[in-house]
Amino acid sequence: MVKADWSIYEEDYWAMNSVMSDLLKSSNSRSSLLIDRTGQLITNVGTPPDFDVQAFASLCAADFEANNQLAQLIGEKDFSTLYHQGVEDSMYLARIARDVILVVLFDKSTTLGLVRLRVKRAVDELSAIVERLFEKLEYRNEEYDENGGMDAELAEGIESEIDKLFAD
Amino acid sequence: MSLINYSSREINCKIVYYGPGLGGKTTNIQYVYDKLNPDTKGKLVTLATEMDRTLFFDFLPLELGTVKGFKTRFHLYTVPGQVYYNASRKLILRGVDGIVFVADSDECRIDANVEALYNLHENLEEHNLKLDEIPFVMQWNKRDVPSALPTDELETELNPEGFKSFEAVAISGDGVFDTLKCVSKEVLHKLN
Repeated sequence: MVKADWSIYEEDYWAMNSVMSDLLKSSNSRSSLLIDRTGQLITNVGTPPDFDVQAFASLCAADFEANNQLAQLIGEKDFSTLYHQGVEDSMYLARIARDVILVVLFDKSTTLGLVRLRVKRAVDELSAIVERLFEKLEYRNEEYDENGGMDAELAEGIESEIDKLFAD
Repeated sequence: MSLINYSSREINCKIVYYGPGLGGKTTNIQYVYDKLNPDTKGKLVTLATEMDRTLFFDFLPLELGTVKGFKTRFHLYTVPGQVYYNASRKLILRGVDGIVFVADSDECRIDANVEALYNLHENLEEHNLKLDEIPFVMQWNKRDVPSALPTDELETELNPEGFKSFEAVAISGDGVFDTLKCVSKEVLHKLN
């Protein structure tokens, strides 16, 4: 096993996906993404995006974080939601527990009010999943620390890929 | 903050290029982007002013091959170097797994280098991090300028702790991949 700052396990991944699928159906939205606040994509559900999702995830995280700094400057703790309105498509972002961001992309076939309402419920459900995930991680990281060691073959393999990729 | 997704079999790590304004951070990333195969890199995002000065950040996702079923990605970021963009620099450092400090070897920029290094320490502290806890590599960029300080002077002034360092001329690519290779491996070792 590789020790990271956080990990997504299969059961939690599918639990998150299930909540997000329900959200899309009930709000009539096109797609939904879950992003950690360092800009890494966790999962996306719904219509496959036709844009670069890695770039999108990093920009969403930066957007959210910049807005939180603005909030603090004006004396607020943070802005827990953001809304960007376009001519055809819009996006709604909401903070989940533990530095995770939910992004919902929708068009004119639904309304902001409905999206906000459904996102509120989804935020509660996803927050519970994320909190459980972190509790599990704390337990497993303790286990890891006791047993020590990692998959040497994986590390060697990745090192070899680094050498190949960054060869002049 | 490295992320392992066991379901999608992905490992993601974040590397940030830090340093004074016009030191060569964006040049490093741009060179990496230009040289790599299209199937190993994503979109290069640059949020810059009209004068091509980094306003918020540059971002480049790189994909290594699949190893034991795990797809490994390194996300490269640069911060804006100009002094008054400190709020942005702080944000970009969030969740960092490895740092490259791109120092400007030009003797007239030594103060800017020192200030940027001090600023890095300060911003890391706000994230409850210390430099000796994170994979950190120094790059002595612009070795080609006539007024470049000797590297031993740079080491004394900017690297008394003796972190790994590389000479570079980022605009022509010299030292860019060596630096990145080193910090990537250090991030990997930390994951171990």
